[in-house]
Amino acid sequence: MRPLTFRRLFIQCFILAVILFVVVVVAMKFGAVPVSLYALGRDVLRFLLGQTSQISTDYGLILWNIRLPRILLAIIVGASLSVAGTSFQALLRNPLADPYVLGVSSGASVGAILALIATPYLALPPAVSALLTPMGAFLGAAATITAVYFLGRREGQIDSTTLLLGGVITASFLNAIIMFLLSTVTSGNTRGMAFWLMGDLSTSYQKSVFWFLGIGFFVATGAIYTTATDLNLLLAGEKEAMHLGVDVPRVRLVVYIAASFLTGLAVSVSGSIAYVGLIVPHIMRLIFGSDHRTLLPTAALGGAIALVFADTLARTVVAPTELAVGAVTAVVGAPLFIYLLRRGAS
Amino acid sequence: MSSSALARNAGDPARSSSDARLSVEQVSYAYSANPSQAPLFTLEATSFQAKPGEIVAILGPNASGKSTLLKLISGALAPLSGRILLDGFVTHSLTPRTRAQRIAVVQQESRLLFPARAWEFVLQGRHAHSRTLRFESEDDVIIAKNALAQVGAADLSDRWMDQISGGEKQRVILARALAQQPLLLLLDEPTLHLDIAAQVDLLHSLRRLAAENRYTVVVVTHELNLAAEYADQVVLMQRGRCLRVGPPAAIYQRELLEQVFQTPLTVALGSSGRPHVTVVSER
Repeated sequence: MRPLTFRRLFIQCFILAVILFVVVVVAMKFGAVPVSLYALGRDVLRFLLGQTSQISTDYGLILWNIRLPRILLAIIVGASLSVAGTSFQALLRNPLADPYVLGVSSGASVGAILALIATPYLALPPAVSALLTPMGAFLGAAATITAVYFLGRREGQIDSTTLLLGGVITASFLNAIIMFLLSTVTSGNTRGMAFWLMGDLSTSYQKSVFWFLGIGFFVATGAIYTTATDLNLLLAGEKEAMHLGVDVPRVRLVVYIAASFLTGLAVSVSGSIAYVGLIVPHIMRLIFGSDHRTLLPTAALGGAIALVFADTLARTVVAPTELAVGAVTAVVGAPLFIYLLRRGAS
Repeated sequence: MSSSALARNAGDPARSSSDARLSVEQVSYAYSANPSQAPLFTLEATSFQAKPGEIVAILGPNASGKSTLLKLISGALAPLSGRILLDGFVTHSLTPRTRAQRIAVVQQESRLLFPARAWEFVLQGRHAHSRTLRFESEDDVIIAKNALAQVGAADLSDRWMDQISGGEKQRVILARALAQQPLLLLLDEPTLHLDIAAQVDLLHSLRRLAAENRYTVVVVTHELNLAAEYADQVVLMQRGRCLRVGPPAAIYQRELLEQVFQTPLTVALGSSGRPHVTVVSER
């Protein structure tokens, strides 16, 4: 008998944090303009020592103003999607649940686009209207997961196949709405179809957006983490969890809202990036087991690692042109999805 | 109070409740798919009481309301009328957490989404006793180990739940219920997927555990002979009605059982002094 201890959890997270650091350094090095490891190391050291004035300006511009913000965005988006996927998998008792597959990302996109359309008509202070897009995305995500949840029910029980089909159909319907909105209503200042349908991380944002994303991520993930042991029991079904002392309606509400919020955050700044919420929790479960006290933080770190890595590939494989990062995650994720589906069926 | 003096019929108000742990008082329930329609299923007022260390078998054919009665006792359903008291508390109004500290429910089967080892599964029984975000304490581990040992499954501790036999699984599920350290242990057809040896083994364990730990055990079954052999009290159900409550010797009468189970049978006294039922083939 080897129950989870804080020490073990800390070590696991520490190892992943080190890997994330290495991946971040690699991502800083590679790109359209090559940077030597030496120069990178020197600049990182100077940055850490607060000697930012000594960093050469052209490197500094590329590293700190272009690459680092994009890497930070990848970290937050990857972690958010991964935590959202883990949560949906536990709540819906479906190992194939993921914000993208269930259509929640598409719902968030519709919400975000509608918010972008509405913003010019509402005379709001800039600080408030900046939050309108993520709030729209959150509402879109929450509405979609509610709809898919009811579509996936059969005789009062969640049916795995019906749920996934419901998600796929919902996603294609919402994607049609996205195309309609983008081709008719928007005035050209919103981002293109590739962004909303495939997802990419190339948009640059102001510092305040990063603060909002970071705080939002920690609050929502923290809320989900308080239910970690409840989620463990929910894997055996809602009735059994209730008999073991889980307040099922409360847990369901907290986790659905928080996971929809995380999806909304990610989608409002990066569009619908596919399969991160599916692949990463699976890999982490294989390595660390299915205890959510471990799974949630390791999935968050793993999601960050995966998306920083995928985005580095997206920036470099066909350089100087860029791929959408969603294309990279889909190429890896779709075959894995098929594999998991076939394994689950047998 | 001797067992022969137990109430013979449902709802005998004369019976003292001072020594009872579980008290089911005139409980009824109606289920309908649509509130405007007539109910599809009703459970008529049912009463019985049980003391610590006692095993109560809820016996009856399919669709007699056995499982509904068990759900009402577990607090998962709210009764339409009447009340169910466990040590003076109404089970339905307890929070899930306090309820799980007092009542353990063993269901027919437990399906896991992702593989877990037996010890992880048993530790889940400690959930209601630990604070949010707390890691399992040494006490929890000791309680879980004891629970596994009590059902003779200590050697299964490190096995995967999806790689053990039905009988072994049932014992681990029972161990998880014991890890909850309940006052009341509820079992819904625990012998359904077990072979005869495992059935006897399970009920034997229940008998011993009820005596050792002073649990009150309520078990739903349609196994007439297992109920006769191991129960102190039998609650006989038919089509949503509680026909009789009493010790097996008082309930196991040929005409009554034939009428309830709709099949010719004979009742004889077994070697243990408890009634034994044999179904008679008409051909």
